[in-house]
Amino acid sequence: MNPFTYTSATAVEDAVRDNASHEGAAYIGGGTNILDLMKENVARPTHLVGLNKLPLTAIESTPEGGLRLGALATNADTAWNEEVKRRYPLLNQAILAGASPQLRNMATNGGNLLQRTRCYYFYDTATPCNKREPGSGCGAIGGFNRIHAILGASEQCIATHPSDMCIALAALAATVRVSGPDGERTIPFEDFHRLPGNTPERDNNLEAGELITGLDLPAKGFEKNFSYLKLRDRNSYAFALVSVAAALELDGDTITDARLALGGVAHKPWRDQEAENLLKGQPATPETFARAAAKVVESAQGYGSNNFKIELARRAIVRALKQAAEGSQHASDVFLNSNP
Amino acid sequence: MIQQSTTSAAGAGGVAAPPPTGTVRLTINGQQHTLQIAPWTTLLDALREYAHLTGTKKGCDHGQCGACTVLVNGKRINSCLSLAVMHEDHDITTIEGLGSQENLHPLQQAFIDHDAFQCGYCTPGQICSAQGLINEGRAHTEEEIKEHMSGNLCRCGAYAGILNAVKEVVDSKSSESRR
Repeated sequence: MNPFTYTSATAVEDAVRDNASHEGAAYIGGGTNILDLMKENVARPTHLVGLNKLPLTAIESTPEGGLRLGALATNADTAWNEEVKRRYPLLNQAILAGASPQLRNMATNGGNLLQRTRCYYFYDTATPCNKREPGSGCGAIGGFNRIHAILGASEQCIATHPSDMCIALAALAATVRVSGPDGERTIPFEDFHRLPGNTPERDNNLEAGELITGLDLPAKGFEKNFSYLKLRDRNSYAFALVSVAAALELDGDTITDARLALGGVAHKPWRDQEAENLLKGQPATPETFARAAAKVVESAQGYGSNNFKIELARRAIVRALKQAAEGSQHASDVFLNSNP
Repeated sequence: MIQQSTTSAAGAGGVAAPPPTGTVRLTINGQQHTLQIAPWTTLLDALREYAHLTGTKKGCDHGQCGACTVLVNGKRINSCLSLAVMHEDHDITTIEGLGSQENLHPLQQAFIDHDAFQCGYCTPGQICSAQGLINEGRAHTEEEIKEHMSGNLCRCGAYAGILNAVKEVVDSKSSESRR
């Protein structure tokens, strides 16, 4: 790691001010991604603002009937939280599908949103990467791209967003609360992460110096009919090749509301509202699910070694929607991926 | 405590003179340690190179293998992906704090009884992780223990023994709590 200075902030305003007063500063929460990137010489901050003394660890009900997740609550404390398990079991399942118990004990909710792609070219400073060094090229296009994007990619970048938690947050339509040099604002989850376009160096729409302070979940949690289906090379402690967050509201066999978001396939959590609209008002049948799945992958493009993801995503969507309709998943303390 | 000079603490050839080291106070296995370290010292390096507690192992140094697992306030973490300076006021437990040669921790005895290692390099991390698992109290069946131990890799492939060892101690804890 390159040398840097470190200060520990005890109030949000102090953290934002300290960050703004240091050229090349970065925030550090759990540190599980930024320290890894610093060891690889991909991130080179000259000053770190430590956040772990900020009073942002609470998980509490909002006046609107939702739940507010503190930005510094750990992923583990969030997944095990009784209200999360009872009201947002999709989020419980998604968090437990990611990383390891040790990492979930460290990683924070804010940091989960800000973790960077695990594209091996992004990590390897000996290769070109438009995300790491804008204008240098993309090693993944025409290279090994088994883990890469099939939706929303650009000629500049085909990296994928790595989070599981964020796929559930996209499906649940969370809101991101941020605080920055110009004050506080909220960002709808769908507008938080970006597609690569011609600026793949920007993962999200945070402005310079802005700090995530919390995540607001709306009242509707789809606690009865949901599924987080994660497909990967080994059944634990691996990133998703394709993951699907599916949530349904049913009146008898008729779908009255639907949410559908995918992980492992795009530069951001990929929620498809057109596909959701194809589900609403329809019977919860394999034919309905297949139409929605076909809609999601309609514009998908493979880059060689990741072509298999298109069919995998299509099938995973149908299976996740079926599981959601059956109500076969439940919040649990252990993610065993024991799906039928 | 051992006090390292600024130059030896930097250890990064070709880098301009680093900022001065600072004082970091850590509570490790119930003992206070006052270390003079640079801010970029990971908790793992602080334990091994400055507090000279070499039971905690450096495997991948990237949070992928779990060899560096220690307990912070009773919760297991990867010490390689954390800065020492982030852990002042925390209660850190390493393998040296769990048992001793004269008085083995139940997990250490179970690892011996079940042949739960070959080279032994991952073992301190496995045992600290298993203690974290027991503290959490959420894994009871073999399937649950496998999932909850997935953050610890063993290149010798002693997983079957590790599973049996952890299961034995988990079972004995739950039968204790039933009493």
